[in-house]
Amino acid sequence: MALTEEAVVTFDLGSGTVRDLNQLLHGGHPDSPPARFLVTNPGGKHAVAVGLNAPYEIEIEGHVGYYCAGMNQLANLRVRGNAGVGVAENMMSGKVLVEGSASQSAGATAHGGLLVIHGDASARCGISLKGADIVVHGSVGHMTAFMAQTGRIVVLGDAGDSLGDSLYEARIYVRGAVKGLGADCVEKEMRDEHLAELRELLGRASVEGAEPDDFRRYGSARQLYNFHVDNLGSYG
Amino acid sequence: MCGIAGLYTKTSTLQQQLGLQLSRMLAQLSDRGPDSAGVAFYRQGAPAGSCKVSLHSAAASPDWAELGAELERVFGAPAPHQPRGSHATFVIGAEPEDAQAWLSAEHPELTLMSAGRSIEIYKEAGSPLQFVRRFALHELEGSHALGHTRMATESRVTTDHSHPFSTGLDLCLVHNGSLSNHNLLRRSLIREGIHFRTDCDSEVAAGYLTWRLREGASLEEALEGCLEDLDGFYTFAVGTADGFAVLRDPIACKPAVMAETDAWVAIASEYRAIAVLPGAEEADTWEPEPGHVYSWGMAAVP
Repeated sequence: MALTEEAVVTFDLGSGTVRDLNQLLHGGHPDSPPARFLVTNPGGKHAVAVGLNAPYEIEIEGHVGYYCAGMNQLANLRVRGNAGVGVAENMMSGKVLVEGSASQSAGATAHGGLLVIHGDASARCGISLKGADIVVHGSVGHMTAFMAQTGRIVVLGDAGDSLGDSLYEARIYVRGAVKGLGADCVEKEMRDEHLAELRELLGRASVEGAEPDDFRRYGSARQLYNFHVDNLGSYG
Repeated sequence: MCGIAGLYTKTSTLQQQLGLQLSRMLAQLSDRGPDSAGVAFYRQGAPAGSCKVSLHSAAASPDWAELGAELERVFGAPAPHQPRGSHATFVIGAEPEDAQAWLSAEHPELTLMSAGRSIEIYKEAGSPLQFVRRFALHELEGSHALGHTRMATESRVTTDHSHPFSTGLDLCLVHNGSLSNHNLLRRSLIREGIHFRTDCDSEVAAGYLTWRLREGASLEEALEGCLEDLDGFYTFAVGTADGFAVLRDPIACKPAVMAETDAWVAIASEYRAIAVLPGAEEADTWEPEPGHVYSWGMAAVP
């Protein structure tokens, strides 16, 4: 979804500040008309395009530092590079796509929206996930989905050690090898509804050439946290 | 929080700019460590039969020329010196062990920051930006260098507590993180004859490496020993005469980014410190795996 030349506002982080960029982007609100922004020379700066709440499309040309797109709502971001710690942390809605790899805690505590990482994500991807979806084309590091509560994590490559440690009700799909499962995380049967939701997620993340049948599903054994199946309806 | 930077050059152009580029990296990391800064440069190896030492003086205007003349009288060879900030580096016509022994006996008022053939360590409490200017780091060429910006979490802010810590001839350590078993480990290392100058946890990691290397471990073995014997969080960068090594703790609590081009290899706590290097956009960039020793140019490590 490349931006067309017309009506794109370009912001150069080589000369402007992150604060000015974010103030510009915070000018938008949920009812703002769609607008397009191109951010150049991010140079690994932290907190680029955080706290958005408008249906904006934003492309970032290069590598970003910590917390890029944190708390995102509605906006659609594409990072043409790598992302530092905590990309799309606490995202509420919208979409964040990282063309390179992401550092630790990608999508941490995210409540909604979709995070797609074309490269690898390192440790603690989707830690304490609260409802967002994460699709990683490459592999993920250790402690992925640690204490993840709800939402889905799809990994096309391998997963590091202690996958899904102390997991609540998030669902994890891995195509490659899993180095080790964390406490209370178990492999689960792949039923028709899981194949269907995985197919839908792969489609939304524009993944090609991956068959849901090639994935394994992991989830909570529900032995560690105080879960009562009678209360299932309350867990959302 | 602290900041680590390391730069290993592969071209003569970049060797000439080593100090300039490392200064730019440290400037990016000053937010991570605003209270002290330090560097280790590997440059201008001393001729055979002689050694190089970096000394720190707490005096307002130390008489380095007089010390140079004294060294020349004692060791019988010219002792050229280079003052830099509160430090000076001397080339002494003696083996490093003999030079160190003489200096600690005759000049206890001076602090020996480093000794070896090519290492020079400069460090000081105060803001990294001031440090970079006061020590005119941009003037320094060399093959490789490590730098550190410190935000103290467990011990005092002084020049002695600053990084890098010397871990032996031509060896040094910089650390981002905190160790929780450092008091116990320090006591056992003292029994092994390792000398400590501060109560800083990072100096214990340096002392641990010194001890393991003294006992015959390779640098890689000594670093792998850290995974067993050190309890806490760390990203370490260790400088040697020929390159540097990097190790992160097994749960990767502290950040690190590495990047490589045809002209350089770099490590930094954050990518923004690498972004300022020439050609960074095209560099192969990755995050080092936890618990894995990475090294460059280490062939001649003792």
